[in-house]
Amino acid sequence: MTAYDPACLPPDDLPGLDRAWSRLVTGTSGDGEKRTWHVLDTHADGDEPAALTLLCVHGNPTWSYTWRSLLAAAPDDVRVVAADQLDMGFSERTGVDRTLAMRIDDLDGVVDALDLRGPIVAVAHDWGGPIALGWSLRHRDVLAGVVLLNTAVHQPREALPPAVIRGVRSRPLLWTSTVGTKGFITGTTLLSRPTMSRAVARAYAAPYATAERRLAIGQFVADIPLEDDHPSRATLDGIADQVGELDVPALFLWGPGDPVFSDRYLRDLAARMPQADIHRYEGARHLVIEDAPTIADDLLSWVDDLRDGPGNGAAAEALAGAGEPLWQRLSERARTAPDGPALVEPAADGWRTIRWGRLSANVERIARGLHARGVRPGDRVAVLITPGADLLAVVYACWRLGAVVVVTDAGLGARGIVRALRGSGPRFAVAIPRAERLLRFGRVGGTVIPSRDLVAIADEGDIAPPLPSAPGADDDAVIAFTSGSTGPAKGVAYTHAQVQRTRDLLARHYGLGEEDGLVAAFAPWALLGPALGIPSVLPRMDLSVPDSLTASALADAVTAGHGTVLWASPAALANVLRTQDSLDASGRRSLEQLRLVLGAGAPVSSATLHGIRRLCPKASIRTPYGMTEVLPVAEATIDDIDAAGPGEGVLVGRPLPGVSVMISAVDREGRAVGVPATDADVLGEVLVAAPHGKSRYDRLWATERASSRDAGWHRTGDLGHLDTQGWLWIEGRLAHVITTPEGPVGPVGIEQSAQRVPGVEQAAAVGVGPVGTQQVVVVVVSPGSRRGVADPALSEQVREAVGVPVAAVLVRDDLPVDIRHRAKIDRTAVGRWAAGILEGRRRP
Amino acid sequence: MRVLVTGGRGLLGEAVVAELIRRGHRVTSFQRTTAGHRPGVVERLGDVTDADAVHAAVAGHDAVVHLAAKVSIVGRWAEFERVNVGGTRNVLDAVAAHGITRLVHVSSPSVAHAGRPLVGVPAAPADPAAARGHYARSKAQAEGLVLADVPAGVHLAVLRPHLVWGPGDEQLVGPIVDRARRHRLFLIDRGVALVDTLYVDNAGSAVAQALERCHLPEVARRPLVVTNGEPRTLAEMIDRIAAAAGAPGPRGSLPYPVAKVAAVGVERVWSALGRTDDPPLTAFLAEQLATAHWFDQRATREALAWAPEISVDEGFRRLAAWFGSPVPRPAATSAPRP
Repeated sequence: MTAYDPACLPPDDLPGLDRAWSRLVTGTSGDGEKRTWHVLDTHADGDEPAALTLLCVHGNPTWSYTWRSLLAAAPDDVRVVAADQLDMGFSERTGVDRTLAMRIDDLDGVVDALDLRGPIVAVAHDWGGPIALGWSLRHRDVLAGVVLLNTAVHQPREALPPAVIRGVRSRPLLWTSTVGTKGFITGTTLLSRPTMSRAVARAYAAPYATAERRLAIGQFVADIPLEDDHPSRATLDGIADQVGELDVPALFLWGPGDPVFSDRYLRDLAARMPQADIHRYEGARHLVIEDAPTIADDLLSWVDDLRDGPGNGAAAEALAGAGEPLWQRLSERARTAPDGPALVEPAADGWRTIRWGRLSANVERIARGLHARGVRPGDRVAVLITPGADLLAVVYACWRLGAVVVVTDAGLGARGIVRALRGSGPRFAVAIPRAERLLRFGRVGGTVIPSRDLVAIADEGDIAPPLPSAPGADDDAVIAFTSGSTGPAKGVAYTHAQVQRTRDLLARHYGLGEEDGLVAAFAPWALLGPALGIPSVLPRMDLSVPDSLTASALADAVTAGHGTVLWASPAALANVLRTQDSLDASGRRSLEQLRLVLGAGAPVSSATLHGIRRLCPKASIRTPYGMTEVLPVAEATIDDIDAAGPGEGVLVGRPLPGVSVMISAVDREGRAVGVPATDADVLGEVLVAAPHGKSRYDRLWATERASSRDAGWHRTGDLGHLDTQGWLWIEGRLAHVITTPEGPVGPVGIEQSAQRVPGVEQAAAVGVGPVGTQQVVVVVVSPGSRRGVADPALSEQVREAVGVPVAAVLVRDDLPVDIRHRAKIDRTAVGRWAAGILEGRRRP
Repeated sequence: MRVLVTGGRGLLGEAVVAELIRRGHRVTSFQRTTAGHRPGVVERLGDVTDADAVHAAVAGHDAVVHLAAKVSIVGRWAEFERVNVGGTRNVLDAVAAHGITRLVHVSSPSVAHAGRPLVGVPAAPADPAAARGHYARSKAQAEGLVLADVPAGVHLAVLRPHLVWGPGDEQLVGPIVDRARRHRLFLIDRGVALVDTLYVDNAGSAVAQALERCHLPEVARRPLVVTNGEPRTLAEMIDRIAAAAGAPGPRGSLPYPVAKVAAVGVERVWSALGRTDDPPLTAFLAEQLATAHWFDQRATREALAWAPEISVDEGFRRLAAWFGSPVPRPAATSAPRP
């Protein structure tokens, strides 16, 4: 026995580790011997009682150090216990090869030795997952919850194990990478993003200085049961089969960039424990707890909710009720006007009309066909089809079937689409050929159904058995994505009831009826025509490129589809004005048919609105304000905007019927901490309460919790104020607030003023410097001006135009904007650019 | 209060003296050469390196404002040490000996500047080892000395005004205008770095305010950087200074690496020639001109209950009036230059 290292305390200079947490504990181990563990314990002194214990189990090749942020952040009445597994970290080296079953016994041993009582939440990472779950299954009487970080309990049959694991497990490599060298440890910490500091990486490696101390790392890898006859196989399979019986709350925190435990293991676990809350930290990798700085706080918030019950959010759902199914009006039109047009779309030689009868029949046939191919109610189906008849048929078929439609748009860009789809984890994807390649290349997973098979699927549907009963109002209907102007696009889940209410609000507020025709120049709105029971017309344009809409293409669409209502983004409207000279007399007459023009997605300039009014004199011109999470929220007409005149920000108008708006004031550090209120002229985050808002953010538990922390309200992330009339003004994104020493300032008001300077085409206002003492910098696009610091005359004009002190005026050739709307400026990127220049580090 | 101001002659000294007089204090200005008659000011000629002279001057006062320092970008270390460290030592000794109750020590933000860009930072501790150049190092030592050795019972304020400028300034405005007039004004890296400055009248009011509040815990013994809180690009500052004097703006810009090499060459030539005047460029200056240095002013303004009265814009109007040239700067500088 003496040949092996005894347990000891870690060195006292490891970053983030409090010496007071460390203790040595002796108990009976899984090999039957008395062994000593090194344990981190927030309640090592045993003084204060804990209301709850987090029992943390690390994986391989880490040690309990990985849990230090959790120990540091835990409140006094939450005890956090993290033991180094035997043969690992600073626990005793036993010389005994440990199997999964023995490691579960070991955990029992240390819990007994510490005399931990319930309630206990098991927290685990990596191969600590099966151990913690195995322990949890034995101790359901004290188990209060399970939190898993990048782990797995089962290797899906259809896929090979992770290449990294296969590589490390291969005989020639196993010893060299894990024991003979520090390769496995260094590799694990090198994977971390953002790059881990060297001091922290050294701390991870601290207990594994010699090959002898690293023995268990290799042995742990060898214990991964890849083969059917592996000694730990039965234990792991048993755990995998039984975790579904754990009916306690669960939370999965995931780094999707993990080359080992990828999203497919998350999907596997989520299927086994459907009650789990999920948060995927976009950009984080295997050591998710290092990569995602908020993880300890998020985890503890979740634990807090366990104890107190969720404080909020649920109230908004109270008014759930069954409305008309989303396909109801489609079915009605198919009965009453089967030959009437449901969709008019451009074809190679003119226009193609899909009639109500045909569309409705196709929806039913495809629904059955998809069902026959294995699509089940609740399954997520990504639909990657360009807007048109196929898209409508598949979406409504999925809805009828009860499948959840995952819709992305080209506006996210190829990488953004792949990221979004991986995040939502669709079981199926119906895709056009170009998108098929994207799905394969992006390793999105799920079964791909080529869109060219739709004819065959519809035919199969003719002979397939009847559909299961229709989905309920509270079942998920759709996952859509935000445009991601302040970070990766977020998935937003809507239930059927919520989409229905959106539809009903639009129909009621805009008086949409059978005689209308919806010209949809923005892809998502093409989807709602059948639900509204009104014909849709798609203009000849690339719907994913808003400013590809020309005036004549719009006029042709209005003529072909008897359009009365236009829904377009501001960039599309601006391009219509730019190209209006190409209109002939009949084209101009067509545009005069429009009774309603809605410019949405981003602020519309007054000049654009007036230009559109001249083109469409009979139309009511409005700018609905809303977001992927709730649309519409408020609305201003061109006359409202004219009457209000220039102000701080963009006037988006008065909340629509049934919608409430409040403001949570921002403090000097730019945090929206104010008690939500409706006081005039207070700058803050805009909060919205609306029956047609989102159900939740998808697989973003912490984001959802933060956005709905005020019961019944959605925090929009938009920055704005209410004026004395109760009208809402938007001043940018909360993330873009400029925190000057004099107080927080919204960027949009500054930008609007700067854009009134002759020669300034576009402007972005950003803050440089630390939060709370930032300087305002205005970055302008001004053709003819040299890139870099603006010349004195231009600087002076911009300073005179904007009402706040401006440290510098910089010139750029263009400003980065989102792809979807071509309008939302990426002020974060502009701010980084400006800061780099003004530090003297970057050349303009 | 009866206040002795050491170095009461320079740009900052005169502003401080004038402000103290305006506030009704009785002011003695301790300086090496006479400034001529200033109403209400008693002049006392002497050198801070002369301990006896300092003792004699301090006697009979309630408070001391210690401004006197050797400010230059070249020179021998021994000289900086003698004036900036030794002079401060003399002042401290005299303060202890003569029952002075208040001391305002005027330091410099460069005492905590190790050459990296400073972006909205608060006052960091003085660090003689990291400070760049003899001036900064000697001022860092002096500040450390004051904080360590100020006699108990003396209320101490430490201010670090940054780049003081205004009419009559021979440190910043003078050389720029001089070179601009000779068409020898160049920027480094196009002068894009943001730099804080302090208009001279504001410096005067800040020092006076510190004197009157140095007994308060939020002020006492806490180094405070003082600026206008309006950082501007160096290009803008230089351009507007030249414009205020009716001189042409910079003729162009040198990339920083070029400027740095040139500066090293210039320093060697100056050294070889044994010249004691300031060379046109030093490596330290090149670095200063190419990196941001601006500061978080919240703590300063709160502690001093003070805000600058003269904005940068107003400062330039005053500077232009002093030069006697018309104000319209943009028109003057946007005209094509040769």
